[in-house]
Amino acid sequence: MTEHQASEHVHEVLPPILELQSITKRFDNVLALHDVSMQINPGEVHCLLGDNGAGKSTLIKIFSGVHQQTSGNMCLEGASISFANPREARDRGIATVHQGTGVLPLMSVARNFFVGSEPTRGKGVLRRMDMAEARRVSLEQIQALGIRRVEDADQLVGTLSGGERQALAISRALYFGARVLILDEPTAALGVREAQTVLKLIRRVRHRGVAVVLVTHNAYHALAVGDRFTILIHGEAADSFVQGERTREEVLNLMAGGEELEDLQLELEEIDAEFTPSA
Amino acid sequence: MIGSQPVSPRPIGGRHRLRRMIYRPEFGALLAALVVYGFFAWGTRGNGFVTLNGTASWMNSTAELGILAVPVALLLIGGEFDLSIGAMVGMTSIILAAGTTHYELPIGISILIAVLVGAAVGLINGFTTVKTGLPSFIVTLGMMMAILGTSLGLARTLVGSPIVSLNTEGFFESLFASRWRQFNVSILWWFAVAALATWVLARTRTGNWILATGGDTQAAREAGVPTDRVKIGLFVAVSLGAVLVGVIQALEFNSGDVSRGTAFIFNTIIASVIGGVLLRGGYGSAVGAVLGATTFGVVSVGIFYTGWETDWAQLFLGVLLFAAVLANSFFRKLALSR
Ligand SMILES: Nc1ncnc2c1ncn2[C@@H]1O[C@H](COP(=O)(O)OP(=O)(O)OP(=O)(O)O)[C@@H](O)[C@H]1O
Ligand SMILES: [Mg+2]
Repeated sequence: MTEHQASEHVHEVLPPILELQSITKRFDNVLALHDVSMQINPGEVHCLLGDNGAGKSTLIKIFSGVHQQTSGNMCLEGASISFANPREARDRGIATVHQGTGVLPLMSVARNFFVGSEPTRGKGVLRRMDMAEARRVSLEQIQALGIRRVEDADQLVGTLSGGERQALAISRALYFGARVLILDEPTAALGVREAQTVLKLIRRVRHRGVAVVLVTHNAYHALAVGDRFTILIHGEAADSFVQGERTREEVLNLMAGGEELEDLQLELEEIDAEFTPSA
Repeated sequence: MIGSQPVSPRPIGGRHRLRRMIYRPEFGALLAALVVYGFFAWGTRGNGFVTLNGTASWMNSTAELGILAVPVALLLIGGEFDLSIGAMVGMTSIILAAGTTHYELPIGISILIAVLVGAAVGLINGFTTVKTGLPSFIVTLGMMMAILGTSLGLARTLVGSPIVSLNTEGFFESLFASRWRQFNVSILWWFAVAALATWVLARTRTGNWILATGGDTQAAREAGVPTDRVKIGLFVAVSLGAVLVGVIQALEFNSGDVSRGTAFIFNTIIASVIGGVLLRGGYGSAVGAVLGATTFGVVSVGIFYTGWETDWAQLFLGVLLFAAVLANSFFRKLALSR
């Protein structure tokens, strides 16, 4: 806890790396986002919580250049910016790791790590992939995220666990210069242990001073690693708070849209009543 | 680098090396080739299969299949099919025959024309597949019909028959159709093509792009791989492979024949699949295609030496294909489960 507070203190002085000001996004008739403002700070994990269809994916797609906002303003390090496509966002250091992680199961760890940016040696027709370098760097980078079980760079990625694949995708993004790392539901398809692995990864990434945006349905995971939280309901930022300001119950209720959990309890009891043999 | 600790690579011992070999995509194909060769060598002993001439006989038949199977394997690994290669082999031989006999062009010029036509066909196949998003199976099926029709029409109007004879001597004859004892020079072409493809796939960044494109085009594109260019390039390579085989056959048989290449369409795919190439892309090797073609060649020629009815070769190949696919998927699962 002391470490947490200490780092929090440091973050206060750093300006936000990404900032959304009154972002609205409309798809034809659907108002996917309405007047959303938020700040993404370096060295912080910003959790984006919300029910299905709340607008989480739409929001991170604006960050990463897939969509452009209908109105409102986005700032990168204080300067107003708009990304025409994902490439532009990536070139400015904003990387997204989707749930599928974008790794190739039938290729080795080293080959995967450098897909699209292969290190080469030699000139002309003798120009070739520098496999030794690819092996060395990929292992070094993955292990630096605390994943020590990956020790053979020639291993097919299909043999890695879900958490290890996340580590590969994340370490690759960081190695190629990501300053904002957007993770879309990184724990959704994982078991308990693997999810914990990913949460530990996120914590390490945060300590490197990277800004993490964590999209999740899981309030437990969010509260475990998050520094700052934004809850979206029907495209609006219903609440935003920092670690420690809300209890788990409050967060769960907020995500479910307030009173709905209590309503559910009543409705469940009604169903039970239907199945109780009446005299 | 950030937080880099020294990484000690795993020591590579003898057992480790053996395991690594088993995990390679062509391991099943190596077994198949050895078993099939052993089977015929033993089963036909005394009939001359293992003599120099017998060896030349299966190698010659394997070489032409192999020259085409290797680029086809790369295309399959890149996630696409090309059914037009057979027609392209036939068209090449028609271009050469009609060029030299009807138009009296030097053979070198006729070959150049065939290469240009081949490259154009590959580009059209590639662009159409990439830009329309249609399955390459359909696109190249259409191309196959178009080429067959064109070569048939050309041959009939120019010469009046789908088979056109040609006669050459000199440099190009020795380059593509010379022999040493019973061994055709096409065997050297086969090795050269295989060596080039192995270099590209296993050692260059283009090779990494081919594997990635075939493995998951979307993911590869997001990682910055120029997937369209990769696919178009592979279509051109396959088409040029067909031109090479067409040239070799035209000079070897001294004739052009529209329908000569038909057997290559499926035999190259069979050779690749026996060789451990995954039909849906993303996995395989050029060496695998070489071994697959060898297995195929040994069976189709070896059957002659058994003295059996050669009709059985098809059955044998069918069973072999099935067994090889099962073995390959077993070894792939093994590689994915260590
Ligand atoms: N390209 C699009 N065209 C039209 N409507 C869209 C598009 N993308 C999203 N929407 C709509 O915008 C709203 C928000 O969707 P979004 O995908 O951002 O939700 P989400 O919070 O990511 O949900 P989930 O948890 O299910 O992933 C939904 O009503 C959705 O139908
Ligand atoms: Mg979503």
